Order: sequence, then C-alpha cells, then structure tokens
Amino acid sequence: MTGDVMEKMWALAPAFVEGIPQGRALGIKFVSVDVGKATFALPYSTKIIGDPDSRVIHGGAITTLLDQVSGLAATAAIVSEANDINIANVATLDLSIDYMRPATPGETVIGTATCYKTTHHIAFVRAIAHDGDLNDPVAMCQATFMITRARPAKEVKT
Amino acid sequence: MTKAELERILTKIPYAGFIGVEPIVMDNELTMVMRYKETNIGNPFLPALHGGVIGGFMEVSAIAGLMFSGDYTKVPKPIGLNVGYLRSGKPQDTFARASIVRQGSRVANVRVEAWQDDMDKPIATLMGNYLTADSKGK
Repeated sequence: MTGDVMEKMWALAPAFVEGIPQGRALGIKFVSVDVGKATFALPYSTKIIGDPDSRVIHGGAITTLLDQVSGLAATAAIVSEANDINIANVATLDLSIDYMRPATPGETVIGTATCYKTTHHIAFVRAIAHDGDLNDPVAMCQATFMITRARPAKEVKT
Repeated sequence: MTKAELERILTKIPYAGFIGVEPIVMDNELTMVMRYKETNIGNPFLPALHGGVIGGFMEVSAIAGLMFSGDYTKVPKPIGLNVGYLRSGKPQDTFARASIVRQGSRVANVRVEAWQDDMDKPIATLMGNYLTADSKGK
C-alpha cells in the first residue's frame, strides 16, 4: 500500500536536503528514507569548525543536520500514513539536543531520525548523530514539528 | 573579555563566518547579528532561513555571550540545549542577545532570544547548559 508513495518519497528525498541552499553549503548528503525514518550524512569540513583548538565542528552544523533529517522522517511518516506524497508540510517547533561528546575531526557525521508519533497537528521525532558507531553517539535529539496538511480533496469547495 | 578579544576569537571559529555572524557592542552590551546570506536559506519557496542555522546562530551567540562575560580562554562546550521556533526566519539580518541565567563553577545556564524587525517579536529562543569548567583561566 505504501510502496508506491515511498518510492516517490525516495525519488524526492535527496532534493529535500541537497536542493536547498544551506544543505548544499554544508554538503549534507541524502543516505536513505523509509516509513517514518531518514538518514543523512554531514561530511567534515574546516569551514564549519567551532573550536579552533580541537578542530571539532560547531554544534550548529549538527543542529542543522538533526533538524533536517528529523523533518524528513516526519514527512516520510505522514505521507506513508496518508498514502499521498503531497499531503503535508512540516515546520520545526522545538529541538532538544544533548551533546554527548565532540564529533571526531575528519569524520563524517551520520544523522538518523525516527518519527514515532504523529497527530493531526504535530509529529514527534527522535534522532541520533554519530560518526560510525550508533552506540557511541555524538548527539541525541528530540524534536516536534507542526504539520500543515493540504486540504483533503473531499473538503475542497468549488 | 573585550570586544576586540571576542572579535579575534570569532574570526578563529570558521562556523561563525560560515553563517555570517558578527558581534555588536553598545554600552558594553553584546548583541550578535547574522547577516543575510543566500546559503542560510532552508526553504527556498517561502523563502525562510534554515531552522538549524537559526539554532546554530543562537548557539554561537550563547558561547559569545559567555566568553564576553568572563575570563574565558577556550570555547565553552554545549551539554544540552532546547531551541523553540516561534516565527519563520525571513531572508534578512537576524539579531540575538544572550543572558546568563546562572554561571556555576562548572556549568553555565544561558538563555538566548533571536529576532528580526522587532525585539519584542522573537523568532526563536534557546535555553542551554554549557560546560565551562575547562574553558576559563590560563
């Protein structure tokens, strides 16, 4: 049932990050999308260093990675529930991020998100940033998104 | 830390330049500005600034606010933070001001508000805890 819509989602998802100016500026790459799940990769760059002593990247770049991948996971949950690729847009309402350890300089940071609950108005997402080992995370994130749903066809008045 | 010292540290933080952040000091009060850059856009259709960039700007502002307030020699590290999004960020300059809610011996709690046209209509807020134990003194 959701196969077709997830195929469309897979085709659309790279543009979700690689097609926007900040995604391109950071060089974030699309990795995968599934029902309520998404993964992106943020390559290391000296442009986004936050601590000149350690050459560790700034938390802000990880915030952007987690925001973006969480938004895609929320979208992937909503479109698969509705079986409609154009059902809704999401906007970040709240991000809570814990930084467990500095990202290793030189390593790509992987951001992977799961949308575990949606209501009519809100999507709830958890995400992890790591640099190779999911059990040794760089940061963990809990986010909520406002959902703006397209008006269902039957309600459209002509 | 003086404005000149803060400016020197910010030039050594590439991420601050990447998103276009500069400090403004008036009457010894620090306001941070993020100049509009096309690369900071997250939604080209509205258009709107990327929420992550607004969060990153407030993270830079929290760190700058801490360093401006005391004898920091290293960049404080974030422990945990919460960002609330109140309005979409228009494609124009954005401002932020940090207030230090509590500076403890090891951890500082910082609140940041970001706004565009009207300081009384913030576009986002940040509450964060920063590890400062290893960042002070010589």
